[in-house]
Amino acid sequence: MRVNGTDEKLDVEPWVSLLDALRERLGVTGPKKGCDQGACGACTVLADGVRINACLALAVQYADKEITTIEGVTPHPLQEAFVRHDGFQCGYCTSGQICSAIGMLNEAEDPAALTDAEIRERMSGNLCRCGAYNGIVEAIKEVAR
Amino acid sequence: MRPFAYVKPADVAEAVQAVATEPGAKFLGGGTNLVDLMREGIERPHTVVDVTGLPLDEVHELPGGGLRIGALVRNSVLAAHPRVRTSYPVLSQAILAGASAQLRNMATVGGNLLQRTRCPYFYDLAAACNKREPGAGCDAIGGFTRSHAILGVSDSCIATHPSDMCVALAALDAVVEVRSVRGTRRIPLVDFHVLPGDTPHVETTLAADELITAVELPPSPAPSRYRKVRDRASYAFALVSVAAALEVRDGTVAAVRLALGGVAPKPWRAREAERLLLGGPATEEAFRQAADAELAPATARPGNAFKSGLARATITATLRELIIEGEAA
Ligand SMILES: Cc1cc2nc3c(=O)[nH]c(=O)nc-3n(C[C@H](O)[C@H](O)[C@H](O)COP(=O)(O)OP(=O)(O)OC[C@H]3O[C@@H](n4cnc5c(N)ncnc54)[C@H](O)[C@@H]3O)c2cc1C
Ligand code: SF4
Ligand code: FES
Ligand code: FES
Repeated sequence: MRVNGTDEKLDVEPWVSLLDALRERLGVTGPKKGCDQGACGACTVLADGVRINACLALAVQYADKEITTIEGVTPHPLQEAFVRHDGFQCGYCTSGQICSAIGMLNEAEDPAALTDAEIRERMSGNLCRCGAYNGIVEAIKEVAR
Repeated sequence: MRPFAYVKPADVAEAVQAVATEPGAKFLGGGTNLVDLMREGIERPHTVVDVTGLPLDEVHELPGGGLRIGALVRNSVLAAHPRVRTSYPVLSQAILAGASAQLRNMATVGGNLLQRTRCPYFYDLAAACNKREPGAGCDAIGGFTRSHAILGVSDSCIATHPSDMCVALAALDAVVEVRSVRGTRRIPLVDFHVLPGDTPHVETTLAADELITAVELPPSPAPSRYRKVRDRASYAFALVSVAAALEVRDGTVAAVRLALGGVAPKPWRAREAERLLLGGPATEEAFRQAADAELAPATARPGNAFKSGLARATITATLRELIIEGEAA
């Protein structure tokens, strides 16, 4: 598997999730385990540029993919924007939020034209227990424009 | 997760062969439902046959105007497909109303059809559940039923089918194509899922060794639309949803298709309402009466009795929106 630009040789059992492979086997701990059920988005990573939930992905299914985590995109303008707009408090959801936002901006036909409501809908797969949603939307909007 | 063997066949013949010779095998699409259920110990396949390498990931135009959708087309790709957005808006809207962007990027059409119920007792290994363990009883009946069904239920199970996409497919008269070592079969989507009766663990007419290869849509109907009501604005399963297509000529209903989600153990085609509406006046009063007739056989419980009123209001609102849309066009 290619992870953040490096070819990694991984010998994992078929029942190991992509999230556990990244965190436990490769020490890539940016993606977080929130729910392990696909419901919170803390584990969001990019597979060939497409955002997915690493907790519901079996690592074997992604053997020939290019996986990008928050470690692989640093430094990114979204990180600065999250700081400027108070887009987090505890930070647990943030790596997932930023990977998800990168994927979202790739998906949108015209990112600059996204309204607040559209950004919220497209980002609804990423929950924030601290409720930093207003800052998250502001940060994404700034980078989209 | 319980250990299992993993195989990734490269063609359809190899995939159906792998399952035919291995009774404890299951196909794996995007994994968004199966991986979750395996982790919970509810699904326990001995072998997982990953079908995501099969060449079934394209959408083709059919001669005569229909659409053939490969079983491995990702939900997000289907929702964004230009022909789907313009000719079958109800399908695009239904998919986008379900799950999250990340999950839709992973989920396949075949997996969406076969996703299992979200009944909380089904997920709770400590609860009695006839679907998970035939004959064990049903803790939902007499329990917390906000998410449960009111139509087509039995004394054995009152769980809903959770898919949004399937409700649109039911309204669109979609046909599911399946393949096994015995050959190819075509099953109308409305006959694909079955009601629980006293065997709620049987959810479809698909045999265990049959692979879904495609879903076909006939030429697009009248203007169509999907409306979903849920407990929060996004990223939640439907309490009630409506897929509708409507054509009005001179104030009279010339064509109508109606399907409901969140209220039944399968995507619910509202045939009785359609029958009453067709040829009649396209008025709110007629919409309400048709909805009431469809919902008359409902078996409500204290926790989900609100669904009849909600379904009636949602049907009426969706048809009203289609009239306004038709007048604007
Ligand atoms: C947090 C969360 C929220 C969600 N919210 C919604 C929602 O609001 N609305 C909604 O509609 N859905 C929702 N979903 C469900 C989601 O849509 C399904 O999990 C998804 O569509 C399943 O597709 P998959 O390819 O990942 O299936 P998999 O998990 O890979 O497979 C599901 C089942 O289908 C079988 N299967 C897969 N492909 C084939 C095939 N080609 N032939 C035969 N059998 C096959 C598998 O053996 C398995 O039994 C949600 C899911 C999660 C985790
Ligand atoms: S409603 Fe169906 S799925 Fe839910 S506990 Fe009862 S039998 Fe199980
Ligand atoms: S940990 Fe994957 S979605 Fe919550
Ligand atoms: S910043 Fe704490 S969960 Fe989002």
